[in-house]
Amino acid sequence: MTNTASPSTGKVTGIIANLAIIKVDGPVAQNEVCYIQHKDTPLMAEVIKIRAGHAYAQVFESTRGLKVGTPVAFQSHLLEATLGPGILSRNYDGLMHDLGTMDGIFLKRGDYTAALDKERLWQFTPLAEPGAQVQTGDWLGEVRENAVPHRIMVPFKLEGSYTLKSIVAAGEYKVEDTVAVLTSEAGREIKVTMSQEWPVKQAVRAYVEKPRPSKLLETGVRTIDTLNPIVEGGTGFIPGPFGSGKTVLQQAISRQADADVVIVAACGERANEVVELFKEFPELEDPWHPGRKLMERTVIIANTSNMPVAAREASVYTAMTIAEYYRSMGLKVLLLADSTSRWAQALREMSNRMEELPGPDAFPMDLSAIISNFYSRAGIVNLRNGHSGSITFIGTVSPAGGNLKEPVTESTRKAARCFYALSQQRADSKRYPAIDPIDSYSKYLEYPELQQYLAEAIAPDWVDKVGRLKNILLRGKEAADQINILGDDGVTVDYHLTFWKSEVVDAVILQQDAFDEIDSRTPLARQKYMADTVLDICELQFQFDSFEGVNPFFKRVINQMKQMNYSEFESEQFRSFEAGLKEILAERKTD
Amino acid sequence: METQAFQRVYTKIEQLTKATCTLRAQDVGNEELALVHGRLAQVVKIMGDEVTLQVFSGTEGIPTNAEVVFYGKPPVLNVSDDLAGRFFDAFGRPIDGGPEVQGEEREIGGPSVNPVRREQPSEIITTGIAGIDLNNTLVTGQKIPFFADPDQPYNQVMAMVALRAEADKIILGGMGLTNDDYLFYKQVFENAGAMHRIVSFVNTTENPPVERLLVPDMALTAAEYFAIDKNEKVLVLLTDMTLYADALSIVSNRMDQIPSKDSMPGSLYSDLAKLYEKAVQFEAGGSITIIAVTTLSSGDITHAVPDNTGYITEGQLFLRRDTEIGKVIVDPFRSLSRLKQLVIGKKTRTDHPQVMNAAIRLYADAANARTKLENGFDLTDYDERTLEFAKAYSNNLLAIDVNIDTTEMLNTAWNLFAKNFSKAEVGIKQEFVDQYWVNA
Ligand SMILES: Nc1ncnc2c1ncn2[C@@H]1O[C@H](COP(=O)(O)OP(=O)(O)OP(=O)(O)O)[C@@H](O)[C@H]1O
Ligand SMILES: [Mg+2]
Repeated sequence: MTNTASPSTGKVTGIIANLAIIKVDGPVAQNEVCYIQHKDTPLMAEVIKIRAGHAYAQVFESTRGLKVGTPVAFQSHLLEATLGPGILSRNYDGLMHDLGTMDGIFLKRGDYTAALDKERLWQFTPLAEPGAQVQTGDWLGEVRENAVPHRIMVPFKLEGSYTLKSIVAAGEYKVEDTVAVLTSEAGREIKVTMSQEWPVKQAVRAYVEKPRPSKLLETGVRTIDTLNPIVEGGTGFIPGPFGSGKTVLQQAISRQADADVVIVAACGERANEVVELFKEFPELEDPWHPGRKLMERTVIIANTSNMPVAAREASVYTAMTIAEYYRSMGLKVLLLADSTSRWAQALREMSNRMEELPGPDAFPMDLSAIISNFYSRAGIVNLRNGHSGSITFIGTVSPAGGNLKEPVTESTRKAARCFYALSQQRADSKRYPAIDPIDSYSKYLEYPELQQYLAEAIAPDWVDKVGRLKNILLRGKEAADQINILGDDGVTVDYHLTFWKSEVVDAVILQQDAFDEIDSRTPLARQKYMADTVLDICELQFQFDSFEGVNPFFKRVINQMKQMNYSEFESEQFRSFEAGLKEILAERKTD
Repeated sequence: METQAFQRVYTKIEQLTKATCTLRAQDVGNEELALVHGRLAQVVKIMGDEVTLQVFSGTEGIPTNAEVVFYGKPPVLNVSDDLAGRFFDAFGRPIDGGPEVQGEEREIGGPSVNPVRREQPSEIITTGIAGIDLNNTLVTGQKIPFFADPDQPYNQVMAMVALRAEADKIILGGMGLTNDDYLFYKQVFENAGAMHRIVSFVNTTENPPVERLLVPDMALTAAEYFAIDKNEKVLVLLTDMTLYADALSIVSNRMDQIPSKDSMPGSLYSDLAKLYEKAVQFEAGGSITIIAVTTLSSGDITHAVPDNTGYITEGQLFLRRDTEIGKVIVDPFRSLSRLKQLVIGKKTRTDHPQVMNAAIRLYADAANARTKLENGFDLTDYDERTLEFAKAYSNNLLAIDVNIDTTEMLNTAWNLFAKNFSKAEVGIKQEFVDQYWVNA
């Protein structure tokens, strides 16, 4: 946007809830940020519509007490995130103000804390030589942020090509110190510090290309990794009625996934759930980097449901921008948003307030476009320097009334490639995680790139095995339907066997206790082992005279295998349950 | 709130709708309170010098030359220890014949607690009711509603829970309470000798419905005073939140907003969340726990009010009449306490989580058996045993008249397991089976 010499000012002329109407005395841009000076408190707001010399701004705060005539100062920039070392481990609000440095118990209006610690010294190591030709996103230097190599880059806002004129020697610097000077083709000099700003609603494009994803992203959740895997740079969504386990599942993924940086956007959900992360992550061990705490690789963006609604929309964009920043450093980023429905609802509230023509269920007409645009910012990218980085994005969706035929779910289905549908029925019968194995899918499983990767990383016939597991589940469901219609003795024993074999897959692979230290995270090798064990059992022929013996027999099989799931992999205990399993199987096995 | 000298008085209303009036006025703040023709009203919209006010009791009979007096401040409550033992209306005015409360004036509906200043809830609230303590354990700082049909005894259960919960203060926010229910609460609290721990804000069916909108904020402002200033454990009872939501929809319809599902305003989620999220555990020990009631219409939980509530609260408790045993039980299927895992097996015996899950799983098997029976199929031996188990489980544990401690609940469950099932059928982690299995 244009940088006018002195930004415009204005005066409030109308207030409806958190929408302020402002008479502007100069140029103003769509989505420009402004501050409404309410007594001695600045209230941050974003312009969302301009009509007849008036700017309509959504205020990121309560407008209680606000009066017409209040002066407004426009900022000549859009809603931006401040990017630099020191983001990791921090807890931000939706606008990237540091929650940790705010005063008092309550969130005070206008208490806008800085995103980065400006006093802290960072050990900087240059990565580029003077004279080098550089472009946006190129790495100039590096600092260690916790254990993550944090690259200092040519600012994203710079377009075109530059010559690196000078770069500081290795040493300690603050984020706002100049560490490099660039010269543009026109001969203009630009000072580069370790921090930069980027407008959150625009995608960072500092990369060469976005290839198709091909590598599995291990989450340790069996029903995902084994049956419907997500990939590095992939997208997925988890719709489910309230209480079906969206948050528990996402939090398990945030703890266990194989990522360098994890960004959790708590978007319009419960404060207590965020507190859980605040309290637990500094204590919990990062499973991928022994000796380090989870918090060291995590950033939390909290706009809980009681925080200002307008900032809810901003929060997901802030989170995505931070993800893009770390991706540009060649890192593997996992972004989780719970719940994207709250963000859509925030859009709906604003659009209704502005009396726009509503689309289905009173959501804005362009909801679908907004959602796909957001999902499209995820992905794996190849950087100019040959490195690659990725953002894997998984969002939850909270469908009204638990009905998947509603605008947010339907729009998201078009945008995301993995669909993890949580079923009320499974949740009710405590079959957690409640991902419906038959309705859910991962489109990536059809990618030849991923198939090849799985064949090399797990086993040559792995994809085939996954198909067999799914088939067993499907046939088990059909058998169950038949048994329900015709009665236990109205079908042959084979139906019962088919059903119970699917129950073995369900109990041993699908069901997983997120609160058990061992069961909650299953590494790939162990997933393979259990999948093989289950498939072997499903291949067996069993001898039963009547259906009555089938249920108790398989209950014992399942119980034995659950005990295996609860034991340390390949431990003595594990082996002894396995031996017990073999004995039980031998009772009924025929060749 | 008396008229004071500096207050501005206007006498020319330009527009009147059922719920609002509009006039020209200067220097008015958003959400400011005013008195219109002697009725309380609040600023909901300002356009230039045109100010729109929502009149809580409706505009019937208000003339265009009515007197409009602006207070220059949003709704407030005077807080002090003198609140204890008192009954107030939705505006915080005494209805018990007592004097006005002296104390610090606080705006109601104030800001949210910074999430990083919250403490993780970890203190168990015991009620003696196994349907709650065993299956849906409550924790201080939690927010949870009863989802109940209008004819279920939710007010009785809630009063019982409140009195057993060992709270320092119980704050009742009654919205659209019938006079009988209001008197019921008053009597139960009096009989229990608990009056000094109770503060009540009541809007009965005799009061204008829109006034209800202030009740939860009044109750929660009082709660914050005791929880923060006094570090007390505060329990807030909100009944009935469906009637609160109805008032929201009345207002938004009268203001011509586009309704979303079930003619509720599009902001219903945020409106409800703002209240429920006041539930909090503080580091200094004070806490606010919210137990609410959301009445359902013919059991429909997909209706916008229970649906949005479910997405906000930390679980929900369903009451159901079990015809088999003829008692009201806490339904183990749809009921859920999200925060239970913070305490079960930690503040209670370590086998608690597994016992709880196993019992519910077996109870689910019984439900399947019952379906089979209804469809005219033969039952297996296992089916028969699950039915046997379910009946005893319902009677000895789920019924709301059970009053035992958690360890006894667990022992009762182990007894029922051993009586009806084999170890493998129960499917609990071996170490617990070794320790607690009841050998006949
Ligand atoms: N994998 C699991 N293992 C054990 N319990 C689980 C699991 N997943 C969910 N639960 C249980 O279900 C409850 C609800 O889960 P969760 O909070 O994740 O639901 P949700 O879908 O996020 O609901 P909402 O939409 O209301 O936020 C949890 O508190 C827990 O008791
Ligand atoms: Mg959730």
